[in-house]
Amino acid sequence: MSERRIRVLIAKPGLDGHDRGAKVVARALRDAGMEVIYTGLRQTPEMIAEAALQEDVDVVGLSILSGAHMALVPRVIELLRQNGQDHVKVFVGGIIPDEDVPALKEMGVLEVYGPGTLTSDIVADIRKAVLGEDDQSG
Amino acid sequence: MSIVQQVLEGNRYALSRVLTQIENDTTEGREALAALFPYTGKAHLIGVTGAPGTGKSSLVNRLAYFYRHPPEGEPKTVAIVAVDPSSPFTGGAILGDRIRMRDLTGDRGVFIRSMASRGALGGLARATAGVVQALDAAGFEVIFIETVGAGQAEVDIARLAHTTLVVEAPGLGDDVQAIKAGILEIADILVVNKADRPGAISTERALIEMLKLAHPSREMVSHHGQMMKVEIPAGGENDSEEWVPPVIKTVATENKGIDELAAAIAKHREFLQKTGEWEARDRLRLSTEVEDLLGETLLRRWQKNMPERKYREVLEQVFARRLAPAEAVESLLSSAQGS
Repeated sequence: MSERRIRVLIAKPGLDGHDRGAKVVARALRDAGMEVIYTGLRQTPEMIAEAALQEDVDVVGLSILSGAHMALVPRVIELLRQNGQDHVKVFVGGIIPDEDVPALKEMGVLEVYGPGTLTSDIVADIRKAVLGEDDQSG
Repeated sequence: MSIVQQVLEGNRYALSRVLTQIENDTTEGREALAALFPYTGKAHLIGVTGAPGTGKSSLVNRLAYFYRHPPEGEPKTVAIVAVDPSSPFTGGAILGDRIRMRDLTGDRGVFIRSMASRGALGGLARATAGVVQALDAAGFEVIFIETVGAGQAEVDIARLAHTTLVVEAPGLGDDVQAIKAGILEIADILVVNKADRPGAISTERALIEMLKLAHPSREMVSHHGQMMKVEIPAGGENDSEEWVPPVIKTVATENKGIDELAAAIAKHREFLQKTGEWEARDRLRLSTEVEDLLGETLLRRWQKNMPERKYREVLEQVFARRLAPAEAVESLLSSAQGS
């Protein structure tokens, strides 16, 4: 029986060690029926792009609380493109100043989630981005 | 160029996409698998199973690193298929085996793929055999298959792998656990990981005692903490062709015992090839796969011809205790034939 599951890579690039948010999101996506590949702390953009390639994910979620998002995010996106994974949707979560959000979206980030985001919103956004459908329950 | 051609030429992203198609059991995936199948049969398939938290991922990480940086000889290319459980309620999964495999990133001779079990109960996913075949065809020389954290009955791995490692850790059970049927019986190599923890010696001893019961022609004796194998002259015919699973102590996080473990794996491979067991396992694996597929396909075909209404009716009779499940099946089969 053919079965399609949304595959999501949740990664924490950079040097901060706060992975609570990443784990909460990973758990919420699991509960929404997605397959979440969790890679743990302190990943380089190269490690993230490689994992995204080997796992053939639909979505990459980057959790960054170190302030280095303007350096890390474009690098990850660039590597994904180099590998031919242009279609992979990139989301960013963590502590991101409002003024950086437009620039991140310009780079190709679909959405940026700060503290207080409802996990159901993230689930709905991912479903919409990957399957092109609105989630009724969200 | 077809995607299969790209896989055979070493395109990693093409391989990754084919694996997804195989996992989702799409027409494209089945076609790719058929085209790749003639190129399979070369890799050494190493299964790694054991209870949750015994350190399977860490061991695979170290072993794979060992094959990539051998003290002597050429490095081997390594693929890893790591299976984690799907939620029985939502179908979602957290696949976290990569966390322990960081030493392997950036090495193009390694390919790691995480799989969710998607409801299968034997410790693997339904599509794991297909995924392994694709990796085999893509030319990886050693393929590790890490099962979900397994209890006592998840023994599918033994049918898939050439060499099965069963990983134990100290403090998980007494010597009665060690003689129960199931997972320990499928071990070609027993690993006591976390061997720096208290209780490692007694875990090792329990496993050795179990082996003594299973292989009475050989005596394993513990001598000043060193395990020694003593050959007892057997009356029967040549029993030197029997494989007695060695018990290897490791501390994966500290890279201890990994070279001994790799040596035991190499020895098992030699044994398989020398005795013809390699081919026997290959045949067993493929015949099981054909049988499983046949069962699935027949069921699907039958379901297609079965009117949903009739099926419901029979089920209702079972719910009302008017028909036993076996009688229900009889009734369904005879009515399907008639229609």
